[in-house]
Amino acid sequence: MQKEKSWFGKLVENYGLPRMIITLFLLLLLVLCPFVGADLPTQISNIIARFSWNGILVLAMVPMVHSGCGLNFGLPLGIISGLLGATLSIEFGFTGPLSFLAAIAIATPFALIFGTGYGWLLNRIKGGEMMIATYVGFSSVSLMCMMWLILPYHSPNMVWGLSGKGLRTTITLEGYYNQVLANFLKIKIGNFVIPTGSLLFFALLALCIWAFLHTKTGTAMTAVGSNPVFARAAGINVDRIRLLSVIMSTWLAAIGILVYEQGFGFIQLYMAPFYMALPAVSAILIGGATVNKATILNVIIGTILFQGIVTMTPTVMNNIIHTDMSEVIRIIASNGMILYALTRKTEGSK
Amino acid sequence: MNNTSKNTKILSFLRSSSVPILFIIICAVCIPLSGLSANMLFNEITTRMGRNAFLILSLLIPIMAGMGLNFGMTLGAMAGEIALILVSDWQIVGIPGMVLAMILSVPFSILLGLFCGKILNMAKGREMITSYIISYFINGVYLLVVLYMMGSVIPIKHSTIKLPRGYGIRNTVSLLNMRQKLDNLIPLKLNIPGVGIVKIPVMTFIIIAILCLVIVWFRRTKLGQDMRAVGQDMEVARDAGINVERTRIISIVISTVLAGFGMIIYLQNMGNIATYSSHSQIGMFCIAALLVGGASVDKASIGNVFLGVILFHTMFIVAPKAGAAITGDSMIGEYFRVFVSYAVITIALVMYETQKRKAKSQEGAMLAAAQDEGEEEKDS
Repeated sequence: MQKEKSWFGKLVENYGLPRMIITLFLLLLLVLCPFVGADLPTQISNIIARFSWNGILVLAMVPMVHSGCGLNFGLPLGIISGLLGATLSIEFGFTGPLSFLAAIAIATPFALIFGTGYGWLLNRIKGGEMMIATYVGFSSVSLMCMMWLILPYHSPNMVWGLSGKGLRTTITLEGYYNQVLANFLKIKIGNFVIPTGSLLFFALLALCIWAFLHTKTGTAMTAVGSNPVFARAAGINVDRIRLLSVIMSTWLAAIGILVYEQGFGFIQLYMAPFYMALPAVSAILIGGATVNKATILNVIIGTILFQGIVTMTPTVMNNIIHTDMSEVIRIIASNGMILYALTRKTEGSK
Repeated sequence: MNNTSKNTKILSFLRSSSVPILFIIICAVCIPLSGLSANMLFNEITTRMGRNAFLILSLLIPIMAGMGLNFGMTLGAMAGEIALILVSDWQIVGIPGMVLAMILSVPFSILLGLFCGKILNMAKGREMITSYIISYFINGVYLLVVLYMMGSVIPIKHSTIKLPRGYGIRNTVSLLNMRQKLDNLIPLKLNIPGVGIVKIPVMTFIIIAILCLVIVWFRRTKLGQDMRAVGQDMEVARDAGINVERTRIISIVISTVLAGFGMIIYLQNMGNIATYSSHSQIGMFCIAALLVGGASVDKASIGNVFLGVILFHTMFIVAPKAGAAITGDSMIGEYFRVFVSYAVITIALVMYETQKRKAKSQEGAMLAAAQDEGEEEKDS
């Protein structure tokens, strides 16, 4: 590969071989779609809908990658703040679109507190962030499993019917903020649906992050990520910037899960947040991010590619070979992508 | 082996054994609350010791080679499961079946170990997260093989282990004719005064003891010494003429093969294979048990393994009952033990990283490369 570099070789090098394979695979699925009798507009609306659910969760990776904290495997921590916001908003009796705003408002202080603690911890263990982040996520999820049972929730819509205490594993958002963003300015042409509100909300947050990264603090964050020694020499408080990035990531994850829920229609508690970090991590990597470099464009491309494959494979595969191999393909593709990213040589880290 | 002052020695002892001490306290509180009889407790712990010790021992060698906790031991577990599925389809029962499964698992384990070792060499410095992701990745491949290829590409004769659709393996594969054959090969029931009759899986213990001896012996061989050198400092080891990459790969391969054997012993005790979930948690529980025994990411001994098995599994047995006794809800105890497993790993990882950083900031990078051993203890 190293010897002769044709234009194709260069393209592969720039774009990354795994990403190329995944893109081609998705294109193949889209082309195959009409032949196997699946409805293309429905499929594309599905991809867009799923993009709108997951986009912000993937966006939550960006600040931490920028400040050199690596991929945020601790995403579940932020998700838990979001879940606390969601359940408390219902518990306090908010309904309709107002409950969404209340959930965001309640989740924010939790995200700030958890994010501060998490950021403080990550500052003490520079270099080993990713592994510890994974286990911080896991521990917090399993701690909250106990908490969902113990905490004194009373709303009859959320607790188990028989015992009257302990939250259910899934809570429906009917009557609360189900589809609240998606229905805003929704466009519907036949089978083709665009949840405009959700996309706008994502765009808003993405724009904020993009703008932030171009402010003075944002530039400092990039500097810390690309070369902490240089950043320190330039008079940047490295630990403070890293802490800020972790808090931002945690908060974005909290908002992300609320947006996910409004699209999905349910709050999932207990072990559900457990494996939510991996899809988000692999999505941003598929989008072309590396362990210490990520842009908004990576988020958008990655989420579309990842969610595209997740939605398309079951339908197309089912029709071709009459077995559902999508789960296996998803596991291999997403984890393979993470592995690929972890084994890349990263310059400027540490 | 530098001289360390007594104070720091005691401090570092307390620090390194804080997790076991904490666990002794948890167990001491939970045992009376759980209301389990001493007899049952002893029986459970000896069973679980036989079941898990081999698996946990497989983690020691990568730690020695400085590759941290081998989350990739799941790979070996999967190799063991595939071997067992094949053997149970061939209807080879009892001890011969087990031995055949072990032999059969070796090539799978070696292949997976080579793959894992190669990738870990490409991701030096973040071995743990990488091996962790590898275990997920190979789980996907495992699903592909077991769920789609077995029965369609790989011949599986008996419909009892096949899914009704004609290919793929059922959720559980019964190992009834292999169940506890190894444990009961030399039957022994000890009557301990005050406890009652305790069943001892003698043959399993013998095998575990042999493995312990092998590990002790292995540490003294040329290869074992090389691994320790690589574990302490890769650059120094390379200068000393050790093939670092190769040594690291070998350590992972050995660990994977041992994990495969361990899984077979584990499953013969359980008596059935949960095809799609047996291996998924095994890495986490084994690592947690090892850490509870007082091991750290860069240092683990055989003693840690056994102390860990006893403490961790005592907690494991009594937590749900104790939780039910305190809160009236057994689920809380279930969640509690999962939480504790994760928390222990988290704490151990944090302690390892902070100590590593401390050592790094105190000694200059050059100095650290020159003198390797004592720097971590030399605090002041």
